[in-house]
Amino acid sequence: MSMPAPPAPDGAGAPAGSPAERDAAPGDASFAIPRGVPLWEIFATFLFIGAVSFGGGVVAYLRAGLVLQKKWLDEERFLSALEIAQALPGLNATNMSIIVGDRLRGVPGAVVAFLGITLPGATLVMILGVLYASNASNPYVNATLVGVGAAAVGMLTAVTLQIGRKQLGSLIDIAIIAVTLVMVSVLHISLIWVLLTVGPAAIFIYRPRKSPALDPDEPSEPAA
Amino acid sequence: MNENLSVLGVFSLLSVLAVGGGAAVLPETKALVVGAHHWLTDDQFRDIYGLGQVVPGPNMLMVLVIGYHVTGYLGALLAFIGFFVPAGAISWGASRVWDHFEGSPWRGALQRGLAPLVVGLMAAGTVSIARTAIDGATTIAIAIAVFAGVYFAKRVNPALFVLAGGLVGLALLSGTGAGQP
Repeated sequence: MSMPAPPAPDGAGAPAGSPAERDAAPGDASFAIPRGVPLWEIFATFLFIGAVSFGGGVVAYLRAGLVLQKKWLDEERFLSALEIAQALPGLNATNMSIIVGDRLRGVPGAVVAFLGITLPGATLVMILGVLYASNASNPYVNATLVGVGAAAVGMLTAVTLQIGRKQLGSLIDIAIIAVTLVMVSVLHISLIWVLLTVGPAAIFIYRPRKSPALDPDEPSEPAA
Repeated sequence: MNENLSVLGVFSLLSVLAVGGGAAVLPETKALVVGAHHWLTDDQFRDIYGLGQVVPGPNMLMVLVIGYHVTGYLGALLAFIGFFVPAGAISWGASRVWDHFEGSPWRGALQRGLAPLVVGLMAAGTVSIARTAIDGATTIAIAIAVFAGVYFAKRVNPALFVLAGGLVGLALLSGTGAGQP
């Protein structure tokens, strides 16, 4: 069921190929992504976020650093980058670092931003991992990690519920959640099949529909 | 058979499947790492997941430690590259063409439809960790207390609750043989 593409809204027709073209696109908000930000500054900014973002909520730290402090993005551009990071595979934090780094300085910007946000945690987790490997049967280490594991279950439950309550509410949403949970946790169906079946079905359920109320001036027959 | 290539392959697969982030891909990670390849035991997986929760930054940096357990430092590097580079490349490419779809109503449908799927996957990730992490009254009490803390005290950093859970485990579970291999 292919539909004619709707007329592009203001600014969407501008090419998005290079940062320069995007900055020059008229009709965008008056905000422009700064050009010529030094690579070391991109690296240092993401390194700081990577070092202080304990507790999982990296997006909040990114917003504080990139939008409020550095003013490299406005709220709208931040949310648009987040939209991409969330819809695609991968972690929000690393996807965001790559997208924002790319918008600031192209591929080198993306690389230094990614290295910056991962380096502190990667170094620390490797140190802990090597220590763990040589103390894997120490009763104090085991007892502490059992406590951390139990705490992680509580934290994951809380975060899942918070995100679920904020975004969803309809019976259809609850049905999609339940089907996904049963497929993965009870039936142990491989994630790839869950994504390939539930994903398209869910997108089809929320497919765009022509709502006559929105464009009363349009002729009722679609101009194909 | 080269274990290094297996590490790279497994984590590259997980990378492109990680729609919805780290918690959503946890059950599949466990199924491949513990079930299919026997690289770790259930308890080791829980422990390494725990290590990943007490470090800052992106929440799946534990893949480094899993790779390290398979083939040492090279395994750690390959797990890291495998897990972060494919998804990162997809995001990089998509962000360059995304603006072209600004007006497409399907963009909204994609986001709206994937939202409940991701919540379902996160719930499944929680179940997968709970199956090894919840064992006895103390762990249930820790999980409930941390849940209440994170859910209701939104201004407190969740990492503090996770660290507190570890200290409670250290105080109450040492000497009980909890988590002993």
